[in-house]
Amino acid sequence: MTISTKTSNYTHPSGAGGLSTEKVIIAEQLTKKFGNFTAVDNISFEVERGEIFGFLGANGAGKTTAMRMLCGLSIPTSGKGTVAGFDIGVQTELVKKNIGYMSQKFSLYDDLKVWENIELFGGIYGMKDKEIKEKTDELMHILNFENERNKLVGSLPLGFKQKLAFSVSIFHNPQVVFLDEPTGGVDPITRRRFWELIYDATSRGITIFVTTHYMDEAEYCDRVSIMVDGRIEALDSPKNLKKQFEAKNMDDVFQQLARKAKRVDS
Amino acid sequence: MKQLMSFIRKEFYHILRDKPTMLILLGIPIIQIILFGFALTTEVKNTQVAVLVPTTDEATQRIIEKINASTYFDVVAKIHNTEEIQPIFRDAKAKLIMVFEDHFAENLRRTGKAHIQLIADATDPNAATSFTFYASNIISSYQQELLGQTTNPFQITPEVKMLYNPQMISAFNFVPGVLGMIMLLICAMMTSIAIVREKEMGTMEILLVSPMKPIYTILSKITPYFVLSCVNFATIMLLSVYVLRVPIAGSFISLVFVSLLYIFVSLALGLLVSTLTNSQQAAMLISGMGLMIPVMLLSGMIFPIENMPIPLQWFSDIIPAKWYISAVKSIMIQGLGITAVVKEVVILSMMALILVTISLSKFKVRLE
Repeated sequence: MTISTKTSNYTHPSGAGGLSTEKVIIAEQLTKKFGNFTAVDNISFEVERGEIFGFLGANGAGKTTAMRMLCGLSIPTSGKGTVAGFDIGVQTELVKKNIGYMSQKFSLYDDLKVWENIELFGGIYGMKDKEIKEKTDELMHILNFENERNKLVGSLPLGFKQKLAFSVSIFHNPQVVFLDEPTGGVDPITRRRFWELIYDATSRGITIFVTTHYMDEAEYCDRVSIMVDGRIEALDSPKNLKKQFEAKNMDDVFQQLARKAKRVDS
Repeated sequence: MKQLMSFIRKEFYHILRDKPTMLILLGIPIIQIILFGFALTTEVKNTQVAVLVPTTDEATQRIIEKINASTYFDVVAKIHNTEEIQPIFRDAKAKLIMVFEDHFAENLRRTGKAHIQLIADATDPNAATSFTFYASNIISSYQQELLGQTTNPFQITPEVKMLYNPQMISAFNFVPGVLGMIMLLICAMMTSIAIVREKEMGTMEILLVSPMKPIYTILSKITPYFVLSCVNFATIMLLSVYVLRVPIAGSFISLVFVSLLYIFVSLALGLLVSTLTNSQQAAMLISGMGLMIPVMLLSGMIFPIENMPIPLQWFSDIIPAKWYISAVKSIMIQGLGITAVVKEVVILSMMALILVTISLSKFKVRLE
């Protein structure tokens, strides 16, 4: 399964992509306070190009807030960060042009047809009509969606919608795509299929930043960070984390850390 | 530009695919105009009258004939004693009873004085005032006939002239009112719902993360409802001119100009509502209760503002519909030019400016 790699329409600061050690996301002591409440407390990490970075944490641990800061939706109270080479506090417009985003709420328009949704988001990201058309044909073929092309998105099963939403989020060839619990509510097999799309995207140099509640998904990530009470308590590959915490699976690692949480689930 | 076009097209898809809503939006002006024009009229027509005539003579005959001949009244019963009055009102057989005194014609001839008592069912005070007024007029016209026969040197005849609306057709009053109401309904309510729906569905997040400029989001939300309002404006104009026969006395261009200004104010109001709330129900409630009811009650559409307590009069000043309706009346009914509505235009422009400034600054570019 390959999607054409004619990825010519983005430019990033260091010239052509492909340097495997290039840092695409850098967070330095990022903090976000709402009044007296510190939602994100001094977190630092780096994500390399083409990496799948899992961002785990219980509800209310602060992962959505952290992710919103990285997307330019929320300005950090202190600390700084760059995404795709652009400052998240200052160059939010440039950050937005170079990222894709898929939220936990299913985020396409139900009353628009499949191709209309694609066309809309292509248009929003300033793609040319011809390019949109070519890439749509290609995408429909790859996803085996040729029969669904003219159907309203609302009539598709959830698994289909999620695959489509992901494909739309990377349609403009962003450098990084942020996935906020992308596979909520579907079975492990459907999740597995979804992850095939994710792997395919990384093979084209797209960096994946994903939050999830499912520990089977955590195992698929290259590296995983686990947030507890606004801080990152662990960050390593799933293999190393399991070794470090003498756990047989990621669920066990997560439970050990989450138990320390003092914040009540919100 | 491409961004904006893609997004406007999407907004049109939303509206065109939601058939029931579209039908309501296009149907409301037609239904309202027809309802106000033919059913909910404040004109008095064919009011049932009963007459109590103790002694029939040529004078009572003549008055009853004249009453019956007018389009305002139908004489439905003739009674002969006062005990019959109560049952007539109780059984709602008549709204008005004319009680002639004994020997009416004779008294008139001998003393030059005779009495008629008008007993009206005033459960609807406005209607009662209107039809007793009409009845008195008919009686005085009989008096005029009598005066014509004798030679009375002193005669004062007030001649009433109803300017701009000589036949007192209520359509002249409510067409501007309905215009003011519909525009507000479509623009404010639908715009606010359309924006809040994106928040509810979670798609607003996607738009905020995208390089889409917030002003584009707002513009493309507004455009379809702007078009829809123009369609409704045309519908109301056509219906009132060709079905209700309300002429456009003044300049059509001025009318369109004032209406576009009002549409703009309403859209800005809708935007403001959408920034204040996060659920479609709340948006509907705020625009429904917070905008529609003041417009119906305080814009002068139904109740005259001059008769309201002073604080309510002040409050009515901040209702855009009041100024719009007043401007439409001046242009459409009185036939005045744009110079006559400068005050209204200035006030509406100020309102638009203030509302747009507030709502643009409140429209969240970021999620907090």
